[in-house]
Amino acid sequence: MLAYAIRRLLVLIPIMWIVATAVFLLLHSAPGDPAAFMLGSDASADQQAELRHELGLDRPLYEQYFDWLGKAVRGDLGESIFLGKPVTSALAERAEPTILLGSLALIISLIIGLVTGVLSAIRRASWLDLSLMSGAMAGVAVPTFVTGLLLIYIFAVKLRWLPVAGYEPISAGLWPCLRYLILPAITLGAFEAAFLSRMTRSMMLEVIGQDYVRTARAKGLVERDVIIRHTLRNAFVPLLTIIGLMVAALMSGAVVTEQIFAIPGMGRLLIQAVVRRDFPVVQGAVLIIAILYVLTNLLVDLLARVVDPRIEL
Amino acid sequence: MDDKQVAPASHETAEPGYQARNRRSDVTLMTTSPRIVRIWRQVRRQKQVLIGGAIILVVVFAAIFANLITTNDPTLIDPRFRMRSPNAYYFFGTDSQGRDVFARVVFGARLSLEIGFLTSFLTLVFGTVIGLIAGYYKRVDSVIMRITDAMMAFPGIILAIAIMAVRGASVANVIFALTIVAIPRVVRLVRSLVIGLRESLFVESAIASGCTSVRVVGWHVLPNTISPLIVQMSFIFAEAVLAEATLSFLGAGAPPEIPSWGNMLADSQRIMNIAPWTMFFPAAALALTVLGLNLLGDGLRDMLDPRLRRR
Repeated sequence: MLAYAIRRLLVLIPIMWIVATAVFLLLHSAPGDPAAFMLGSDASADQQAELRHELGLDRPLYEQYFDWLGKAVRGDLGESIFLGKPVTSALAERAEPTILLGSLALIISLIIGLVTGVLSAIRRASWLDLSLMSGAMAGVAVPTFVTGLLLIYIFAVKLRWLPVAGYEPISAGLWPCLRYLILPAITLGAFEAAFLSRMTRSMMLEVIGQDYVRTARAKGLVERDVIIRHTLRNAFVPLLTIIGLMVAALMSGAVVTEQIFAIPGMGRLLIQAVVRRDFPVVQGAVLIIAILYVLTNLLVDLLARVVDPRIEL
Repeated sequence: MDDKQVAPASHETAEPGYQARNRRSDVTLMTTSPRIVRIWRQVRRQKQVLIGGAIILVVVFAAIFANLITTNDPTLIDPRFRMRSPNAYYFFGTDSQGRDVFARVVFGARLSLEIGFLTSFLTLVFGTVIGLIAGYYKRVDSVIMRITDAMMAFPGIILAIAIMAVRGASVANVIFALTIVAIPRVVRLVRSLVIGLRESLFVESAIASGCTSVRVVGWHVLPNTISPLIVQMSFIFAEAVLAEATLSFLGAGAPPEIPSWGNMLADSQRIMNIAPWTMFFPAAALALTVLGLNLLGDGLRDMLDPRLRRR
């Protein structure tokens, strides 16, 4: 188990290297000159050259690359062009809202997705199954930002129960913070819940037809135990992979959700950096997100092993 | 309901014959009635395909005949008619700049389908070629797989945003970004199919009878990957439509002057309390299109791959 985890972590090193290189090359293949863009159209050529020198853009590409890579390995992602501070601290400042939003959304989607999925599997072909699955189908079809806009329209604009947008840090108290996070978390969680619900249903149905489930029934187990201990437990392993994918999808979803609800998280930082062509921040944020994403997948594989020892690693 | 329960049973009885034919290394399956009749029978049994297909037909119709459906210019700015509610002239009302929302929704369909089609088509072509190479030639396999690993280490939309940040907002760049994002998945799918097929008897006998690699891959391997690829294409299509709208909504997609559902929704956010119709109609169009494509994809998957048929 430990050997496997270490081996997987070692495999991550070349992958992260390719990722980092790809991010670097991608941004340095940009047609525009960041210096010219930052200074605006009425800057003189001298001023542009000066800024280029300051940012190191006048050095050869390979020099910039090794410089950047060397610093990145040591945890230094450079300095933001617009924010006037290191990229790492800019990202760290924005981490709290994103983590809170993501966890809340994950909890919502896990509860709704698993419960509705199991219900529709055991009540297969009933009106409950039909309506839950139609809901899930619609939920998968409606994009995150549409859900968000509709929720804002209903609960913030029309009913005025919750704020339209914004954020209050957790240090201001639990409720003031939650008030701002409820709608975004539902927005972000709804899509994942719908997805998980459909998957749970089909995995459950896959298992429910197995011989050992029939045996469990035949030996007189209560239906609840048949479902929870024999069916759900076995359906859970493939579901774990899907939950891993969900965590990853939450990261991308957070970018959109934070934008709609004006939450000052990492996703919004990334979008702002994209719009302002703040390349060090884009580079850093994309790299961090990619690392988190890969680590999540590793964690899921390890968890799958814990849940189901039969899995060969 | 009844015919649904009959279907798998009849399939199971057909199983031995199916395998026998398959072993004969033949690509054509179960030829009893003309192909088109068989396809239609299957489609009729799949209500999902029918409903999804009907929705998509409407959207395709709107996209092709956009100029005939509405004579209003979707980009015409007219401040005199700002934020008019839906009426007999402006079916879906007007937006914050007095542009006709109906015309913009109809022309938005054109953009969505254009991007969806080109993205899924290009992804399929490049993904299949790379996947065939990776699956068939063991020497390049690990290199290609490591690259797809790295590409899949980015959440799709983030990678697309990064590409858009570099290349600037344009329709061609959206297609480029979304294709790059989707290719690794097709590569992996095709590769895993090819690896399975590579060991099969009919490929072995083709090699033994002296076929060139190109002929083995093109003639014996590729046709067997078609149906999973068709299914995959419909899902990539749906995801591309969704991703385009998301990118445009974030301001990293189609340029603002092009009518796109994502752009319209971004504009509507500021005025939703005064002019909610600017939000409802593009949102509904987008959700319906994606729903239709998903239904089509699910139905096609059930139809083309009975092993995955959901019970």
